[in-house]
Amino acid sequence: MKLHYLPVLLFATLGLAIAADPQPVGKPVAAAPDYPLDAPAPSGRRPGGTLTQEFTPPPLHDEENKDIRRERNYPEQPPTIPHAIRGYQVDINGNKCLACHSRAASVQAQAPMISITHYTDREGQTLAAVAPRRYFCTQCHVPQQDVKPLVENGFKNIDVLLQHELPPGSNQQR
Amino acid sequence: MKALIAFLKRYWVVLRRPSVHYSLGTLTLGGFIAGIFFWGGFNTALEATNTEAFCISCHEMSSNVYVEIKDTIHYSNRSGVRATCPDCHVPHKWTDKIARKMQASKEVWGKIFGTISTRDKFLAMRRELAEHEWARLKANDSLECRNCHAFDYMDFTRQSPRAAQFHSTALANGEATCIDCHKGIAHRLPDMRGVPGW
Ligand code: HEC
Ligand code: HEC
Ligand code: HEC
Ligand code: HEC
Ligand code: HEC
Repeated sequence: MKLHYLPVLLFATLGLAIAADPQPVGKPVAAAPDYPLDAPAPSGRRPGGTLTQEFTPPPLHDEENKDIRRERNYPEQPPTIPHAIRGYQVDINGNKCLACHSRAASVQAQAPMISITHYTDREGQTLAAVAPRRYFCTQCHVPQQDVKPLVENGFKNIDVLLQHELPPGSNQQR
Repeated sequence: MKALIAFLKRYWVVLRRPSVHYSLGTLTLGGFIAGIFFWGGFNTALEATNTEAFCISCHEMSSNVYVEIKDTIHYSNRSGVRATCPDCHVPHKWTDKIARKMQASKEVWGKIFGTISTRDKFLAMRRELAEHEWARLKANDSLECRNCHAFDYMDFTRQSPRAAQFHSTALANGEATCIDCHKGIAHRLPDMRGVPGW
């Protein structure tokens, strides 16, 4: 056989193979699920939509950077961060937060020094340096954005609660 | 006047006297032109090494520092103005530029002979490399930063109170320069133990 018939032959076999394929085109890949795909989404985070609907995501906002310390809702609350922290590196190599908030640096930076709890380990032992469990600041402290909360929040602080509890006239300091 | 012409004529004769194959004049002129070419070529070659594309053409840079700069403000921001590697790392003055290039060739040497051939080796060297840059920027009062960020045109009322507080004190009175406070502005930092302010 002459060699230049070879490609033609190849194509012919290929065509035959395709034609002989018993599988119909457009067969569904998997059986349809037995639950409705368009069930309404759980209320709250995606109000109104269903799982398969896509929304345009809300625009991103900048971190609030007003440098005004915010009220805490209760004494043990980790205060939220009143300034931007973009690009602040906190890892094994260094801790940018401590460059301003450590005992030694806080005077120069005029930043509030981290409180004694940050030097205390879980046995209640006060250490010479920041306790390992307090090293990663953003575990507890977060910056804020000026946005409408996604979820309604009915939190009442202790002052409001006590207002209802106490007999009129008593004046307790908190 | 005549004496001058006579002098020039004599000089011309000297210049025209064949050296072996070419006249001295041709040689000087040729040398001058060749000089222009070499100078231009040198500077063009220098300019070619002065682009970000060149800096990151070796994988040490592209897979270490370049990926890191990508999520910083100097790579992508609101206004789309960005700083490239040479903006921060190559002095604008010619002599300083050459000096920095020769220093950088040491790092290229490091690449060729494998001193910085892996991520681990790079990280091990990082503190030393960073310290070179800190020392350079400290010595020139953060000149490369100031090429873009001019202190005189900083509007403190437009800055965050924290920034204005620092800039109007330590920076304004010359106690500190940009790099004292803004280390790690474009890259991840090395082990910062013992670095003042950390
Ligand atoms: C350049 C110095 C500087 C750095 C770096 C810095 N801070 Fe601050 N921080 C301040 C100053 C100054 C204040 C006081 C309020 C203000 O001016 O923003 C403050 C306030 C705070 C407060 C509020 C304290 C309170 O009582 O309300 C928190 C929390 C805080 N910072 C956390 C952090 C964390 C976490 C980091 C690292 C991600 C960090 N800071 C990095 C300077 C700094
Ligand atoms: C485990 C959670 C946790 C971590 C991690 C943590 N903090 Fe706090 N931080 C708190 C709490 C809770 C408070 C408020 C009560 C207190 O002072 O202990 C607080 C208070 C503060 C205050 C205000 C202190 C004052 O006296 O007004 C600053 C500033 C602060 N933290 C900074 C930091 C920095 C910087 C880091 C990282 C080195 C850090 N925190 C890590 C929980 C944490
Ligand atoms: C090629 C010009 C250029 C050079 C060189 C340059 N910068 Fe910038 N820098 C910019 C631009 C552009 C921005 C972003 C402005 C914006 O959109 O907010 C910026 C932003 C900043 C910010 C603000 C960061 C933030 O999170 O808001 C700091 C800090 C900064 N530069 C410090 C430095 C330092 C330190 C150096 C020297 C090592 C330097 N810059 C060199 C152009 C430059
Ligand atoms: C004494 C410390 C210090 C020095 C010196 C310093 N800065 Fe800053 N700079 C800060 C602090 C603190 C901030 C605010 C927090 C942050 O962005 O990390 C800041 C913020 C900035 C910003 C962002 C402005 C804003 O409103 O957030 C730019 C841009 C900047 N610095 C550039 C420079 C340049 C350029 C130099 C040198 C000419 C310089 N800084 C020198 C401490 C300093
Ligand atoms: C905004 C200025 C700026 C830009 C842009 C910049 N660098 Fe740097 N670079 C620095 C500073 C400042 C240091 C000193 C270490 C530090 O503070 O992070 C440094 C350090 C380095 C080091 C030493 C190792 C280290 O990470 O400390 C290398 C290598 C380097 N830069 C390469 C590059 C390359 C490649 C680019 C371009 C992709 C680039 N730099 C862009 C400012 C910049």
